[in-house]
Amino acid sequence: MQDEQQFSALLSQLSGYRSQLSGLRELVLANAIMLGEIPAPLFGEDKATAFIRDRFMESALEHISLDEVGNVSAVLPGSGGGGTILVAAHVDKVWDGSIDHSVTVSPELLKGPGIADNSIGVAAMVSLPEILRHLGIQLKSDLILLGTTRSMGRGDLAGLRFFVENVQRTPDCAVCVEGVQLGRLSYSSLGMVRGDIYVRTPEERDWLSYNNKGAIVALNRIIDRILAIETPRQPETSIILGSVMAGTAYNVPPTKATLRFEVRSEQRGMVARIVDRITEIIEQINAEDGVHAELSVIARRKPGGIEFSHPLVKSTRKIMERLAIKPKVAPSTSELSTFVDKGISAITLGITRGEGKHSLDECAAIEPIFYRFDPAGGCSSGNRWRIGQ
Amino acid sequence: MEDWAMTDLSSWLDKHTFHHGEFWDLLKLVKEKERKGLTISLCIPTLNEEKTIGKEIVIFKSELMDRYPLVDEIAVIDSGSTDKTREVAASFGADVYLSADILPEQGFKRGKGENLWKAIYQCKSDIICYVDADIKNIHPRFVTGLVAPLIYNDHMHYIKAFYDRPLAFSQGIRPSGGGRVTEILVRPLFSLFFPDLTALIQPLSGEYAVRRQVLHEIPFPIGYGVETSHLIDVYMKYGLAAFGQTDLDQRVHRNQSTLDLGKMSFGILQSFLSRMEAYGLVDKLPATSNIFRQFQAEGNRYQQTTREIIEEERPPMITIPAYRERFGIAEQ
Repeated sequence: MQDEQQFSALLSQLSGYRSQLSGLRELVLANAIMLGEIPAPLFGEDKATAFIRDRFMESALEHISLDEVGNVSAVLPGSGGGGTILVAAHVDKVWDGSIDHSVTVSPELLKGPGIADNSIGVAAMVSLPEILRHLGIQLKSDLILLGTTRSMGRGDLAGLRFFVENVQRTPDCAVCVEGVQLGRLSYSSLGMVRGDIYVRTPEERDWLSYNNKGAIVALNRIIDRILAIETPRQPETSIILGSVMAGTAYNVPPTKATLRFEVRSEQRGMVARIVDRITEIIEQINAEDGVHAELSVIARRKPGGIEFSHPLVKSTRKIMERLAIKPKVAPSTSELSTFVDKGISAITLGITRGEGKHSLDECAAIEPIFYRFDPAGGCSSGNRWRIGQ
Repeated sequence: MEDWAMTDLSSWLDKHTFHHGEFWDLLKLVKEKERKGLTISLCIPTLNEEKTIGKEIVIFKSELMDRYPLVDEIAVIDSGSTDKTREVAASFGADVYLSADILPEQGFKRGKGENLWKAIYQCKSDIICYVDADIKNIHPRFVTGLVAPLIYNDHMHYIKAFYDRPLAFSQGIRPSGGGRVTEILVRPLFSLFFPDLTALIQPLSGEYAVRRQVLHEIPFPIGYGVETSHLIDVYMKYGLAAFGQTDLDQRVHRNQSTLDLGKMSFGILQSFLSRMEAYGLVDKLPATSNIFRQFQAEGNRYQQTTREIIEEERPPMITIPAYRERFGIAEQ
């Protein structure tokens, strides 16, 4: 009862908080810009985590540490009587350290590789102690702030998994922060398998062998058969073919080809069934001709999560409603599964609106971070505001 | 004489050359600034810099005003940009002034030096730190590295930035120094006329912090010559001891064409000759004038290298008897 009263008091203060936040605008943006300009490729996040550690020190947090896999974490102690809340943001970016990481700033936008995924998310997490202090909020719960490494692609959430498995006090709940999109509310995790299919054909081409037309043709036969796998529309299930790599010339059939794919489903067991089917297809191809094909799974997630009516989701929805943010509920294939595995209630939120994720022109709108949700908002070059929901 | 000058410069280099990393502790720096009762203005001269000005203001305001109260005001002094420079700067909290509106009775001249000069009138602080607006990799060190030596060293008045340019080198000792105009024009001129000033690794860098009592006593060329002219005037008045320089690591900015560098050199040469005239130095070559001074760096240690370059002269061939004899030319 007391908690409910406190929550409704908090709701009524939200608009006041929001206007006070404008005083921290440059501070949050500067964190995003500086994080944006530090290269943080997978397995090379050390400069970014060092920056975050320094910021934690400047905020006088406790238990500041860099762990064995490079995660950076710290604790803002609560007044007592609450539990432990974890706020996590992944530090690694999809970009190699050699590209130009400059961020450009206009009154409306931040633009630069990785700014939306996930420099703004990390900046929001890192700025939390200043934000709480500025708003005069003293939490009862201890707040653990965490910048995780090795999350994307082949990193396969190794940083977060290490933290959750080894943390000395398991958090009661967790909030994962992503730069985009504002309104995102994920509370369940899809089952997912991510894998590579390698195809090799013999070096010496035998003109008499009809079947040996090189690795691209062989891979194409595999792709045709994968696309023929029937997937249910409900519960939502999909097979995504993400990347094909093969060949270098116009007139030489390559002897190697690789396909990257992902299978995801809300239904327990569905992903495993589809992967079994893909394995069969590969065995068939291997048996049919001189082609050698193999499947290697690089990441696996179990489906699961918390309910729409869970207090964490419910409170989040109420806060969003008060801030005129329309929640966009979407299951996640990333961080949440790690918490699901450990039975920790968790959600993922987005901070602002952005465009061009994973492009060199990735950009994020400044205004929605602080002031209001503009349903027609979004970002593009110059002052034009477009993209709808 | 030459040995004495060399030892002197090398000891000056040791004591007056800093690296921004030495001043990482901003809390300590702010305390020292407050203890000495100093105030600091950051002045950014602009002309059509909408692409880079926003980031500079966000970073400086957040890190050097909101987080650490090191800078008391950020003044953007604009020459009349036709893009959104002033609007962008103001939107992130800078005080924006149109150069023409400051001291209007003095008129308006278009040029960076004009903005720097008017900043002395407009800005209120004891120390003014000038930072160009075209820096792509902006960082708080561009200010802290320059004001810190002034805060900690009462006897220093003028701190210049220098940058370790990413010259290709394999390892160990590497050539160091300034840009093309510095190495081709300014360093040879200084080697000839003001050998002490060759101790400044990048005399033309656009970032420097200066005490007000020095700034308001020197003239300001409004164009390209402003930095060169400052160095000569401050040197003539206070000597090399008043200077310091800080390594700010890399500075990424737009590259200029050779034609633009030609214009720049012409402006610098004009200012240089006017200073020479003002000090009556035009026909006075110092004794060490055939020593050319350049830089090399090893790690974070900078050393001058000196080379004797004697441009000796031969007379016209026709004055040589053997020549005249060989070609049957009679003595004139």
